[in-house]
Amino acid sequence: MEQNDNGKLFKLIHLDVPLLLGLLAVSGLGMIVLYSAGQQNMDLVLGQGMRLGLGFVIMLALAQAPPRYFRLWSPWIYLAGIALLLAVMAVGDISKGAQRWLDLGVIRFQPSEVMKLAVPMMMGWFFAEKPLPPRWLHLLGGVLITAIPFVLIAEQPDLGTALVVGSAGAFALFLAGLSWIIMFGITLLLGAAIPLFWTFIMHDYQRQRVLTFLNPESDPLGTGYHIIQSKIAIGSGGIYGRGWLNGTQSHLDFLPEGSTDFIFAAFSEEFGLVGACLLLALYFFIIARSLYMAAGAPDTYTRLLAGSLTLIFFLYAFVNSGMVSGLLPVVGLPLPLFSYGGTSLVTIMAGFGILMSVYSHRRTPTR
Amino acid sequence: MSLEEWLNRPPGMDLLVREKDNTAESELFFRRALVLLGIVLAGFLAVASRLVYLQVLHHERFTTLSENNRVRLQPLPPTRGFIFDRNGVLLADNLTSYHLEVTREQVQDLDATMMELRERIELTDADIERFHKLVRRSPPYAGVPLRFRLTDEEIARLAIDLYRLPGVEIKADLTRHYPLEALGVHILGYVGRIDESELSHIDPGQYSGSTHIGKVGVERFYEDVLRGRTGWQQVETNAEGRPLRILNRTPPVPGQHVYLTVDMRLQAVAEKALDGYNGVVVALDPRNGEVLALASQPTYDPNPFVNGIDFASYRKLNTSKDRPLLNRALRGVYPPGSTIKPLMALAGLEYGVVNRHSGVYCPGFYRLPGSSHRFRDWKRSGHGSVGMDRAIAQSCDVYFYDLAFNLGIDRLHEFLDQFSFGRQTGIDLSGEKSGLLPSQEWKRRMHKHGWFAGDTLSVGIGQGYFLTTPLQLAHATAVISQKGADFKPRVLLATEDPGTRIKTLEPPRQLPPVKVKNAQFWDTIIAGMIHVIEGGTAYRIGIGAKYRIAGKTGTAQVFTLGQREKYNARQLPKHLLDHALFVAFAPADDPRIAVAVIAEHGGGGSKTAAPIARKVMDAWLLNKYDDASIAPGSPPASDDGLHGTE
Repeated sequence: MEQNDNGKLFKLIHLDVPLLLGLLAVSGLGMIVLYSAGQQNMDLVLGQGMRLGLGFVIMLALAQAPPRYFRLWSPWIYLAGIALLLAVMAVGDISKGAQRWLDLGVIRFQPSEVMKLAVPMMMGWFFAEKPLPPRWLHLLGGVLITAIPFVLIAEQPDLGTALVVGSAGAFALFLAGLSWIIMFGITLLLGAAIPLFWTFIMHDYQRQRVLTFLNPESDPLGTGYHIIQSKIAIGSGGIYGRGWLNGTQSHLDFLPEGSTDFIFAAFSEEFGLVGACLLLALYFFIIARSLYMAAGAPDTYTRLLAGSLTLIFFLYAFVNSGMVSGLLPVVGLPLPLFSYGGTSLVTIMAGFGILMSVYSHRRTPTR
Repeated sequence: MSLEEWLNRPPGMDLLVREKDNTAESELFFRRALVLLGIVLAGFLAVASRLVYLQVLHHERFTTLSENNRVRLQPLPPTRGFIFDRNGVLLADNLTSYHLEVTREQVQDLDATMMELRERIELTDADIERFHKLVRRSPPYAGVPLRFRLTDEEIARLAIDLYRLPGVEIKADLTRHYPLEALGVHILGYVGRIDESELSHIDPGQYSGSTHIGKVGVERFYEDVLRGRTGWQQVETNAEGRPLRILNRTPPVPGQHVYLTVDMRLQAVAEKALDGYNGVVVALDPRNGEVLALASQPTYDPNPFVNGIDFASYRKLNTSKDRPLLNRALRGVYPPGSTIKPLMALAGLEYGVVNRHSGVYCPGFYRLPGSSHRFRDWKRSGHGSVGMDRAIAQSCDVYFYDLAFNLGIDRLHEFLDQFSFGRQTGIDLSGEKSGLLPSQEWKRRMHKHGWFAGDTLSVGIGQGYFLTTPLQLAHATAVISQKGADFKPRVLLATEDPGTRIKTLEPPRQLPPVKVKNAQFWDTIIAGMIHVIEGGTAYRIGIGAKYRIAGKTGTAQVFTLGQREKYNARQLPKHLLDHALFVAFAPADDPRIAVAVIAEHGGGGSKTAAPIARKVMDAWLLNKYDDASIAPGSPPASDDGLHGTE
């Protein structure tokens, strides 16, 4: 039967059909929205198409590799990532006021992107042979693995990416079975550390973002402008939206970054509550399917890796939609598969490639 | 319980040491994943409820706010000020040029319209390709430019049929224009389209609606003066962003006109005098620092740069061995050669290592004590016994080897530093180089080894590590002519308000004067410089001069001869010939012009560079100009500056 043949084909190329469909649905919707949000600029849409295409190719390629290779390479990728982060500190290009890029002559790339994959891999590698739930000593190791890149990236300063990398480690620890009592204690500690973080670690512009988040009207021409215009765009969309190509906020340039970080607002203006909830449901489906695939993984390494990659994806979708709707402060994270541009798209697709590989090789443990 | 055991204790759990149990861990993972899925659901539900709050509960309010977002600010770019020379000769203005614009949504069949247009005007494939690219990026109601710089004939041909071509419009805009073309380009510079790197440091508000910015020369340095201030209008638009009416208007403030200190007639003489050589003429008024001419050959026409020069032409300019884009007056660095000798003599007098009467014997070479290396004099047979006056007039190297050796590099550096060598003169043009006035400290830093006495000797005759810009040489000559009074070189004479036509004169910028212990020291070296012309190395240019000239010839080596080699101009290819230098001021007793000339690979200073300087001084002092065409035109109409580019 044809259905069966297709099933075999996808198995042969190590792709999970439900997950693939979910990703394609979000990407496709994203291109349609981008056409409108980007002022009907076909170059923008084609560029995004190319980038998505590249992302899917990378996903397909990584899905072919058996997970034991990832495990073998994990510590080296992690160490290389740390070395690159240090290199950026020394010689990085100044881009948008922050030292994030490393110019390799041909391409410029952000080593912090690598860490989004390397931290989950390293956490999995570290706990792979250790009894779970983790011991104190091992817990300390896991915290260090996460904290080193977190501090390096936060220093660049790139709080958004630092948050992603830090959370990836935290999710891995949670999935490793860290006891609730400890988590409660850590939460308390972090709560106590917030004032210190505020005074010593955060940069002025980051503090400003939080202050503006708490009261956007206080700075209607600066950072608050983003949030105010974004809320107007979403709110004026209503239940059914103004319709495709009819959003005035984005078309008249009132919505800043309407095709990149704030595309969710442009989307909600034109497609309303119905469209926005459909998109959130699609994201939820992708995450649920990914977690299911992670749970089916054969051993600790693959489980922790797949689980924490999934939650990175969640973090992007949640933080971006939360920030655009004024629920969270403005953190520069794009809406995955939706926002125009960004190297993070490639990283996210690579993550799904690893996930597909784990699930498709679930009968063969990594050792 | 040992520390190690305690550390290995599973936190918050039993104290039993457990083995790895995949089944149990898998179940643990599953439970945790379920918890996380719950958190994910809760997170999305929080966002969804926020959306309900915004899109359902407060929909009305946000819709009203969105409706009010109908008023847009439109920038009104200002008109750029004109540039004139000191006599009011127009050097840069704005010409009205016409371009063709097509609005996509008003055109029924784009291809058919293109065909129609092609029958009437010339449309290249590049025009059409760029047009299609822009159309894809623009909303359908926006006009997209199709062809720039329409000729009068093309406009006439289009105008007849324009009514049959809806969506096709002829639009006017202002283009910067340099009527004298290449003449004076190294002073004027040009404007060009704002590029990516400039975007990062300009005020986006002031430049919104502007496409051009000063790139080099006066256009760049006086960008803020020439530019004016951007105006704004508030425009009410309909829901699709189409402008409906103007609510409020703050007109732009046009840029100031700028008058330069340069006399374009003299500039033309200077550029022509250099004919055949790559080189520089800098002429200053020593009494106030005004730049009278600043010629750097070769030159180029700035007009093609305004709207983007084509790639092939640019590459030709940029890769040419003669480097026409280089402003040699400010950015060319040359060894000063013997032109530095009067200042060396002054330094010797100031520090008391020589006096007016002391002399040395010149056998044609100089040897450092305890060394066999011969530092050669340009005259192999030697000058015999020379005092200061003859040493300057005949340019005796041995005299200055000895003087420099006795002075030492530290005092030399300290003295010459006062004349702005090794640092920028501070002229009001950007990109000026500092040259290099070497010191012990500099050599340690750059070459990682110490200073040798031989290095000092080279510096003493203006060679070795010593590098100057032609502007620095002209400036130092001006300071000598004024016996120490020092003015910063400048090209801005005045600014003028285009509306009221009120001129504001730029005052001379006086610097702290160079002081010597005895004012007669100046007279001593100036006398030496007069004798350069009267019986000295440059005697030929003194013939028939109607005023007294004080000057100094110089020759800058392009390559170093071996100990036993002989310099033979006839056998050398041109690019290895020495640079010819000459500095001078005149009239010697009441200096009104100071000149520095460098003719690259011109051979000797007296043969090539000095006659060029003479031509320039003749023109300025005797009012002898051969080009009558450079004259002030009719002053521009006063309302020229008030048109926007709408």
